[in-house]
Amino acid sequence: MTILPLAKDILKVYKEQDVVLLRNRVKERAVKIKMGLVNQTKLITAASELVRNMLRYGGGGEVVVEVITRGRDNGVRLVFKDQGPGIPDIKKAMADGFSTGRSLGLGLPGTKRLVNEFDLKSEVGKGTTVTIIKWANG
Amino acid sequence: MPQAAEVFKNKQSVILELWMKNQLSDIGLRDDLMSNEDLRVQSEELVDVLVSNLTEANLNDPQSMDFEPVLEILAGISVSRAKQGFSPRETGAFVFSLKEALFEVLQNELQNDVATLYEQTLKISRLVDNFSTVTFETFIRGREEVILRQTDEIAEISTPVIRVWDGILALPIIGTLDSARTQVVMESLLQEIVETSSSIAILDISGVPAVDSLVAQHLIKAVSATRLMGAECIISGIRPEIAQTIVHLGIDLSNIVTKASLASALKFAFNTMRLEVRKKAGVSAEK
Amino acid sequence: MDRIPILKMGHFLLVTIQVDLYDRLAMDLESDLIRMVNKTGAKGVLIDISAVSIVDSFMGRIIGNIASMSKLLDAETVVVGMQPAVAITLVELGLDLPGVHTALNVEKGMDLLKGMIVADDVEELEEDDDTALS
Repeated sequence: MTILPLAKDILKVYKEQDVVLLRNRVKERAVKIKMGLVNQTKLITAASELVRNMLRYGGGGEVVVEVITRGRDNGVRLVFKDQGPGIPDIKKAMADGFSTGRSLGLGLPGTKRLVNEFDLKSEVGKGTTVTIIKWANG
Repeated sequence: MPQAAEVFKNKQSVILELWMKNQLSDIGLRDDLMSNEDLRVQSEELVDVLVSNLTEANLNDPQSMDFEPVLEILAGISVSRAKQGFSPRETGAFVFSLKEALFEVLQNELQNDVATLYEQTLKISRLVDNFSTVTFETFIRGREEVILRQTDEIAEISTPVIRVWDGILALPIIGTLDSARTQVVMESLLQEIVETSSSIAILDISGVPAVDSLVAQHLIKAVSATRLMGAECIISGIRPEIAQTIVHLGIDLSNIVTKASLASALKFAFNTMRLEVRKKAGVSAEK
Repeated sequence: MDRIPILKMGHFLLVTIQVDLYDRLAMDLESDLIRMVNKTGAKGVLIDISAVSIVDSFMGRIIGNIASMSKLLDAETVVVGMQPAVAITLVELGLDLPGVHTALNVEKGMDLLKGMIVADDVEELEEDDDTALS
């Protein structure tokens, strides 16, 4: 099924207070497509995890917030893009219990469990892009 | 020589009469689901829109945008029929009998020119076949909507949260537990815990046919979430064969309070809440 | 700069989080709270998160930290009023806050705290108007 974007916002996140703005924007979009409260919470929590990674390891960056559709399903797609050092070993980063920072080490795999689709691309020295999708009834 | 589009325009009322005759004489007519007057209104509307939008040019092109209004009406009819309980055959007959009516009119007008008749018939056939396809597609979509709605209803019905005592909730789960279902179960359980501020919830799984590692994981999640909210979750209704599978699969449920029956779970709950159930003295004295 | 207020209620400290937390705010709360536990000699800490709609792994970790640090200072921590959606999300995330006590609301949390400390602090508690065993 092809995925079509319906609405698009780009937010720049370079300091901690921007995180609150991002959360509110994501919530706004999720409410608009009638996403249930639990799924909303999962999506915003996932966004919160990813944006923290972006601030901490990538020095901040850009978040694209999109409302998307695939036929009868609507969803929210978030793309987190930074120009940080990148992740050298993606497989290791996606394993439960791994962390280079001061978090609990369940950032990425835990985040993946909260959303329907999760895609991580990273190039050492260039940056990291994480894309997640949460469907309204997913 | 007259062309099909022109013929149909002149003979619109004849087409409608023929079509109605075809439909009413069909053995599959569902006058129990729809009155003949309603059928006539529907048919008249469709013939009217078809004839007014048909031209010599678009007759060759079934995909032409000119037919949008026709398809819209057809889609509406077929979705409503799907919901009313018409069978695919009965819904199909509605469009197919129109084709016969159109052929009949065409044949009467062009009986002297077999070549044109053949060519025009072929085009009409192609056009109406396209209509039929759309009718079937929307018919199935209508049915899917019905199924989706029923799925939602079943999901809601199958997870009743029962208040067995002040502060104690019970949730009997019947049927297979998959992740979507667990989500619904968990949500309604947690919501009810908040609303009734119950401190103990009993998940009874005697109606769950099998417990594999995935189901066990779902149960563990439900118990953890309940605990995070500040309530306790007991799992009851563990049948011997389920206990066996759990151990054979190496699933660790040792952090969870499990009981064989709902009764013993309730007893445990009473105990935790420091309640006691006792037989009344002197019952026999009652008249 | 925002700060989350900490109330002293008898032997307990009560924190009601009314705003959505961001990292700095949560870290300040951690240090403020531990300082308060030390200063007041509180026996219990109640954190009311019923108005919080998002708890991610960082905030979860802060709550865990507060519990462990309070424990070192001889105070128990109870988190009360977690929303169902937050609880489900935390479990899915793999965070089930071991070592943190939980209760449905402030009242039940208070009862839980009283029950936990009644054994070693009977005489101090007698000043309280409520009974610990209720």
